Amino acid sequence: MRASAIAALLGAALPLAAVEAAQGPILIRDATIHTVSAAGVLEHADLLIDNGRIAALGTALKAPAGAEIIEAQGRPLTPGLFGGLGHLGVEEIGLEPTVDDYSLKLGSMRPEFEVTAAFNPDSISLGVNRLGGITFAMVAPSAEPGGKGAPGGTLIAGQGAIAQLDGTLVPQARALFVDIGGDASALTGGSRAAQFMLLQQALSEVRAPNALLPNDQRLLTPAGRRSLQAYLGGAGPIVFDVDRASDIRQVVAFAAREKLRVVVKGGAEAWRVGPELAAAHIPVVLNPLDDLPGSFDTVGATLENAARLNKAGVKIAFTLDDPQPHNIRKVRQTAGVAVAHGLPWEAGLAALTRNPAEIFGVADRDGSVAVGRPADLVLWSGDPLDVTTLADRVFIAGQSQPMQSRQTLLRDRYLEKLRAHAAR
Amino acid sequence: MRRISCLLVTAALSACATTAGQSAAPPGNAAPVAPTAGSGSTESYPSTYRVPATAPTLIRHATVLTGTGARLDNADVLIVDGKIQSVGTNLPAPAGGRIVDGEHRWVTPGLIDIHSHLGVYPSPQVDANSDGNEATSPSTANVWAEHSVWPQDPGFRTALAGGITTLQILPGSANLIGGRSVILKNVPSVTYQGMKFPGAPQGLKMACGENPKRVYGADKNQFPATRMGNVAGYRAQWAEAQEYLRDQQEYERKHAAGDKDAKPPKRDLRLDTLAAALKGDIIVHMHCYRADEMATVLDMSREFGYHVAAFHHAVEAYKIADLLAEQGVCAAMWADWWGFKMESYDGIPENIAFVDAAPGGCAIVHSDSEEGIQRLNQEAAKAMAYGRRAGLQIAPEHAIQWLTANPAKSIGVLARTGTLEPGKMGDVVVWNGNPFSVYALADYVFIDGALRYDRSNPALTPQSDFTLGQPAAAGVYP
Repeated sequence: MRASAIAALLGAALPLAAVEAAQGPILIRDATIHTVSAAGVLEHADLLIDNGRIAALGTALKAPAGAEIIEAQGRPLTPGLFGGLGHLGVEEIGLEPTVDDYSLKLGSMRPEFEVTAAFNPDSISLGVNRLGGITFAMVAPSAEPGGKGAPGGTLIAGQGAIAQLDGTLVPQARALFVDIGGDASALTGGSRAAQFMLLQQALSEVRAPNALLPNDQRLLTPAGRRSLQAYLGGAGPIVFDVDRASDIRQVVAFAAREKLRVVVKGGAEAWRVGPELAAAHIPVVLNPLDDLPGSFDTVGATLENAARLNKAGVKIAFTLDDPQPHNIRKVRQTAGVAVAHGLPWEAGLAALTRNPAEIFGVADRDGSVAVGRPADLVLWSGDPLDVTTLADRVFIAGQSQPMQSRQTLLRDRYLEKLRAHAAR
Repeated sequence: MRRISCLLVTAALSACATTAGQSAAPPGNAAPVAPTAGSGSTESYPSTYRVPATAPTLIRHATVLTGTGARLDNADVLIVDGKIQSVGTNLPAPAGGRIVDGEHRWVTPGLIDIHSHLGVYPSPQVDANSDGNEATSPSTANVWAEHSVWPQDPGFRTALAGGITTLQILPGSANLIGGRSVILKNVPSVTYQGMKFPGAPQGLKMACGENPKRVYGADKNQFPATRMGNVAGYRAQWAEAQEYLRDQQEYERKHAAGDKDAKPPKRDLRLDTLAAALKGDIIVHMHCYRADEMATVLDMSREFGYHVAAFHHAVEAYKIADLLAEQGVCAAMWADWWGFKMESYDGIPENIAFVDAAPGGCAIVHSDSEEGIQRLNQEAAKAMAYGRRAGLQIAPEHAIQWLTANPAKSIGVLARTGTLEPGKMGDVVVWNGNPFSVYALADYVFIDGALRYDRSNPALTPQSDFTLGQPAAAGVYP
């Protein structure tokens, strides 16, 4: 084996430079197209990309003059995948404060904090994960306590928005992030019991601006009141990071009482609240790999969470727990694991595509394949949910993305070194 | 929920990331002798694990990856008296034994994770049980990870469902020299001694790079604050250990020569460990990300005359795959993690495949994670896929060695487990299909021939005392 591996190493013709970005039309022929829509799966189908959009879907499509033709040979073609909620473009490297912009620690509640103002489209994570088939993600702030004697964040982390992995932000697809539960009690005076109390007060400041407390007792600035007002008016969902079943029930009740559009993120014990979440149309963005009592909030964590929620009629989408952006391509693996633990395969793909697009307000462009949509597509080497599969081609807004990243350049540089060594 | 990764070793050091049923074996049995330390100190804390008596098991008509590089189709594996008796075709069914239908199933050696903090950073991650980093001094070679292991960590059970039969529990990476590791068999026990791999050598955990200099320099304004400080720190320790070892040997020489006035050097638990590492009785495992730092450590190991068994995390191992192979040093790696700190910025998903491809290379898939340890097979599958895309030929029968034979070699137990060769421990996983897939699940896990996990009968594996009776866990555990 070793000898043959080396022989292959020496002889392999590695595709070196990036594919030229195709500006003209692209015809993908004979693909298995997962539309993730009512149209279902189209076998042996063709798809034409023109002017950045999906121009046609069908069989035996004619290639326009000058079109690049890609022979899919039956390979799966899916919508581009969702990379979950986290610090894409606002955290270059962990533990380095100069490139970590995801958390506001002023010690006061600042819902007007928009983390996307720090978004860096040149962050290395974009290219790396784009090659993994991720084409959109929610750039989200994190609420963090302060250090020794330093101010921290509050339970309202701030606002985020959807980013396309070509570096484009979709600012109108925004969300407000709130942290609830045991992890967050350090943000709320040491007790989770204060969390809804403080949220209630913030809402009161928005809803009764003529009855504000004295300045030193107010939670919000005028800009903060305007920001929160926008979410009360439906500017976007309020994402509650919450795991324990009793806390999730509080979120459900709070949302009903205050007429809020909310999303549960985390939701390790959400399966225990499935019927209530389904009835309230509250989606859950979860990590299907959570199966340990990592904290007392997640004693009920199980690999069947996704399957059980789906069965209960809850709309689910997937994310990693860790908000770090570097390896969000792994979210695809989490979907496969959910499928291995009882989730129907189609639901697994939907949780990476259509569902998050709907939850975060980008369903008009992301998450499904239909004529007229911007062409955000991935052609896969095999089953898109399997770990042995890699993305062969990635398209965002109809542009063929170069299959090159800082990682592939490192790969190629050191593969040369390895070849030279093996040849000695 | 946001899990804090133990990769980071936060300033608070709270980070990182058996179950009932068996009591310790009665005293009087010939206890396997624990590995000796440099100064003859460690026949203490012996393993009390005993191989249970089991009927023979014959797995028939399976695809077998032996861990020696071979793949056998439609093959049988026979386990008798807790050991692999034979692997072949048309093996006769043993009388009174268990027959496992292997059709459409794959069989591999039990998986081995050489980098785990289960038990020392257990779930739930509460301060009260955060016992993985003795971050009070840059060298704590005197501490033993086993003395922190909480056998009730529910993570042992979920790791078992992922096919893990043997694992090395290490101290964390806050310190230059973190302390001794322990090798465990993944069996339920009330005590860690009941899990301890009989006769396995202990390891020594050391750490390069950012963590020690951050924990001491940046967070406490103490030594070391730089990478050159790190190296000076190790060297001072090794120099002291050499002297200790010389004194010890001098005493032994005089004592043997009948010198009644000879006095042994004053016992020092820290130097006991380091001296044992210099003698090769304790195996050195070094957390190290950057290629240049690994090369420095290799020079240091020559300076003081010891061997580094494996660099752990080794995110840049691909840059020096040739050097590592020449020096006979393994690299233990993740498939695709990178970027979580500066020293992991150059991580690439071909790392494992490149280390493997160097002639003589020793690649290991490790987890450092209570999640990752549950699916080492998937990590290997990813590495295989990226390696193939780079033009390398990597067959499943070869790649399985990254999580069986190679880790077994690096922790000094390859003669006992890690392959399906006759006479080895009956540590065997029966998968529901090709394990190099996201859909693969372990159907059965045998440890020393005893069935410890059965996917169709989850009640066979006891849940942790911790989750027992928790209302929230009802519906999770059988």
